[in-house]
Amino acid sequence: MSATVSERDSSAPNPFQPPQSARGIQRQFSNGCLVVLATLFALLAVGVLIYLLFILNGIRYINLDFFLNLPTPNGEPGGGMGPAIQGTIILVGLASLFGIPLGIFTAIYLSEFGRGRLANVVRSLVDLLTGVPTIIFGLFAWVIIVVPQQTFSGFAGGVALGIIMIPIVARTTEDVLHLVPREQREASLALGATEARTTLRVVIPAALSGIVTGIVLAMARVAGETAPLLMTAFGTTFRNSGIFQPMDALTLRVYNFTLSPYQLQVNQAYAGAFVLILLILITSFTVRWFTGGFRRRF
Amino acid sequence: MAFTVQHLDAWYGRKQALFDVNLSVEPQTVTAMIGPSGCGKSTFVRCLNRMHEEVPDARVNGTVLVDGFDIYARSIKPRHVRQHIGMVFQQPNVLPTRSIFDNVAMGPRINGTAHGSALRELVESSLQQAALWDEVKDKLDAPATALSGGQQQRLCIARAVANKPQILLMDEPCSALDPISTLQVEELIGQLKESYTIIIVTHNMSQAGRVADRTVFFLLGKLIEEGETKELFSHPHKKETEDYISGRFG
Repeated sequence: MSATVSERDSSAPNPFQPPQSARGIQRQFSNGCLVVLATLFALLAVGVLIYLLFILNGIRYINLDFFLNLPTPNGEPGGGMGPAIQGTIILVGLASLFGIPLGIFTAIYLSEFGRGRLANVVRSLVDLLTGVPTIIFGLFAWVIIVVPQQTFSGFAGGVALGIIMIPIVARTTEDVLHLVPREQREASLALGATEARTTLRVVIPAALSGIVTGIVLAMARVAGETAPLLMTAFGTTFRNSGIFQPMDALTLRVYNFTLSPYQLQVNQAYAGAFVLILLILITSFTVRWFTGGFRRRF
Repeated sequence: MAFTVQHLDAWYGRKQALFDVNLSVEPQTVTAMIGPSGCGKSTFVRCLNRMHEEVPDARVNGTVLVDGFDIYARSIKPRHVRQHIGMVFQQPNVLPTRSIFDNVAMGPRINGTAHGSALRELVESSLQQAALWDEVKDKLDAPATALSGGQQQRLCIARAVANKPQILLMDEPCSALDPISTLQVEELIGQLKESYTIIIVTHNMSQAGRVADRTVFFLLGKLIEEGETKELFSHPHKKETEDYISGRFG
């Protein structure tokens, strides 16, 4: 017990010194490579967003007219994307109206009540739906709504987008419901609560921020959809006149104007793309701010 | 309330966890379940308030009579059993999104047994019974996670007590606690015994010695021996019991 902490046998090798073997050097090298690559690719991914926002610079063409006015024919000056912005908000709202509840109830079924074969079938189908090209859902809404009603409509577009939302909401929600510890469900059940009450009052509040994140993700996804809207909402260069009439959307307007021969309209397409990204960012930040989604709860 | 367990078997999927367990428990006593990890003692107490069946693929066979009533009878719903037979878990499982008050008020709210000022009084008396009132009376609205681990476990006891159960099951309630909190919980068990029948799982044999009137020894899913705690520790009848309490295995 006489030796103090600082004393050591000078001939003993330092166990903390990195090994100088070839294997050790190779290990350090591959570790360094991974760090560099991960950083590089992360920057590249963010770079795409920065390029879209600041280099393409749609912001130059944004003015008050852009938000309020109708598109002008033949690229005459003073036109805007008022109905397109309004339409996108309405379409995403319609889609959320039934996409979110259906998605959440599917997730609750899968996570809390689903057992056995039926649950596995449902889960596989939901997985499959996530991978189905979105134009198929447009086709579906076209067959069941546009054809019988004999008109393109915002409603049909909302239905198509809503179906696209279901599997996204369902999968993300199911994942966060699984993250709620079993002990918390048991706390409620052991006091005599029913499974329904446990789900509604314990599990969902605990998972709320994650559920909201999933919902925002799904809303952002469908806000950017174009293909399913081509055969449902169709677009219009007039004012939107109700959800059972053709309805314009930012993506549709951007799509049409990008192909336009008039430079003014092409510029407005960039501006429309910018507004779309901005809209998604703002929704995402506000919703997550209100639900405290920036802090992970567990 | 008195327990009578007859021929109880329990499974997790195809794996049998309990084999033909028979046991009687007198009212207003503390009974300790001891045995090595995985011996089935936790499974056993979870069968007593029908929490075992909450584990996917879990199954129970046998009879559990509480004051003569079969809690596994076809007409009985698990939630009514759990309302009368409270449970405290190994890890303090307070609800992190709720306040201290709301955590204790959970049971009465679920079962509709108290409202308004009656509920407030019930929460206060439950926290007092759990020896936590003085520490939290000024911050009932604070989130339950603001409490220390030992306080959280006493909060869980208060939550169970607020339901006014006749029986309290405790599944290793002190395993996540420091010695001082453990002592507090043990003193609490002594007081609660006056009004409740308590069954406590522990792998700490000295704890069983301190709190339990009777002790039951489990091994590999079988009830090996049960008896007066002092008697069991000083003169075990079975060789397995003697080996375990003398520290030769487990």
